[in-house]
Amino acid sequence: MQVTLTINGEERSAEVEPRTLLVHFIRDDLDLTGTHWGCDTSNCGACVVLVDGRPVKSCTMLAATAAGHELRTVEGMEQDGVLDPVQQGFIAQHGLQCGFCTPGMLLTARALLDENPNPTDAEIREAISGQICRCTGYTNIVKAIRWAADHAPQTATATPEA
Amino acid sequence: MQIPAAFEYERATSVEHALELLRSGGPDARLLAGGHSLLPMMKLRLAAPELLIDLDALSDELGYVREADGEVRIGALTRHREILESALIAARFGVFIDAEKLIADPVVRNRGTIGGALCQADPAEDISAACAVVGARLVIQGLDGQRTISMRELHSGPYETTIRDAEMLVEIRVPVQPGIGSAYEKVKRRVGDWAIAAVAAAVRLDGGTIASGAVALTAVGGDVTAQRASDALTGAPPSEETFAQAARLAAEDCAPQTDQRGSAEYKRHLANELTLRALRSATARALREES
Repeated sequence: MQVTLTINGEERSAEVEPRTLLVHFIRDDLDLTGTHWGCDTSNCGACVVLVDGRPVKSCTMLAATAAGHELRTVEGMEQDGVLDPVQQGFIAQHGLQCGFCTPGMLLTARALLDENPNPTDAEIREAISGQICRCTGYTNIVKAIRWAADHAPQTATATPEA
Repeated sequence: MQIPAAFEYERATSVEHALELLRSGGPDARLLAGGHSLLPMMKLRLAAPELLIDLDALSDELGYVREADGEVRIGALTRHREILESALIAARFGVFIDAEKLIADPVVRNRGTIGGALCQADPAEDISAACAVVGARLVIQGLDGQRTISMRELHSGPYETTIRDAEMLVEIRVPVQPGIGSAYEKVKRRVGDWAIAAVAAAVRLDGGTIASGAVALTAVGGDVTAQRASDALTGAPPSEETFAQAARLAAEDCAPQTDQRGSAEYKRHLANELTLRALRSATARALREES
């Protein structure tokens, strides 16, 4: 079947089997490998993408269901050569170690800040509670999201201060 | 890599269309709501429907929370997140908010639906007990019309419901009653996990008496409704003695099994303790409602 959707502002289409999971569609058919495929069981959250602005585990959604929806992946975060403040925060606050969970964390953080520009640390921890960092870097991930909350997009620079 | 077995896929464009597809697909057709229970089962090949009917396009039509005719009406495709964000539910039914906060994690709650959870009929699923204690009625739509059933009538066994082949759950109706307070208490191993045990409770106060009370249990076997515990509450004062009696009966009447989440003895202990806590919390909320 033909699946057509909008991803990072661009309309993309591919022919897939109905049983194709969204994460594989994004990685294998659309060649956007920034979305990571992790636990396969809806637990780890590495595969999180935004569907109509909300974080969704793409290993637990069919590509067919995503047809007609608007998606955003980590490739769609940087705009005109400027990193999203969330990405800058992860650099500035050392919010990653191995980096495997990072794309999902970045998108969940972006969705949180779009809704709640000044979350408490408890709200940040709740928002990322469906995502596992195996390096156990949660403290710095929370700091990174706090950094992004304190640096709104219009003040973004390409080279964040440490 | 976990990939579901192959299936035919249809996208329903209306409730009528979904019911027609269900009829033509027969017993091997399944409805796909949020997918966060069904797709993992399909990936593990515990479920292998021949026809999958995607309800995604009905999300707006069947995704709502509104009050009408003395009831709060929740569309079957209302996502867990939307229930958590509903001021109407927060003001009236604490048990739903308590339970929804404990279902999986926020990302899963963005997709999972109340109707999908109820129809999955997982014995460890949280929303059934919440619906039971507030007397929710379930509207089942068939090609020839609607019928309404109680929570006790929905599940016929683990992962089995009394909904027939060409029928679907379309709405959950919760009566609005003055003086009611409700709560949900759950113990789980970590964020996102199923319950080791959980308890829903509701009390409706009238003066110094519990005019009606209800207790329902999650993940400890037996019927979702703890009938003797519920009966012990009705007509009694909202006291620690009453709560202790109801908790003892709830623990006696459940049938937990020893598994990787804990021993039967531990789960029975939890049923007792969580009933106490849920009743205290529900009563405190009912008193606030009365004042």
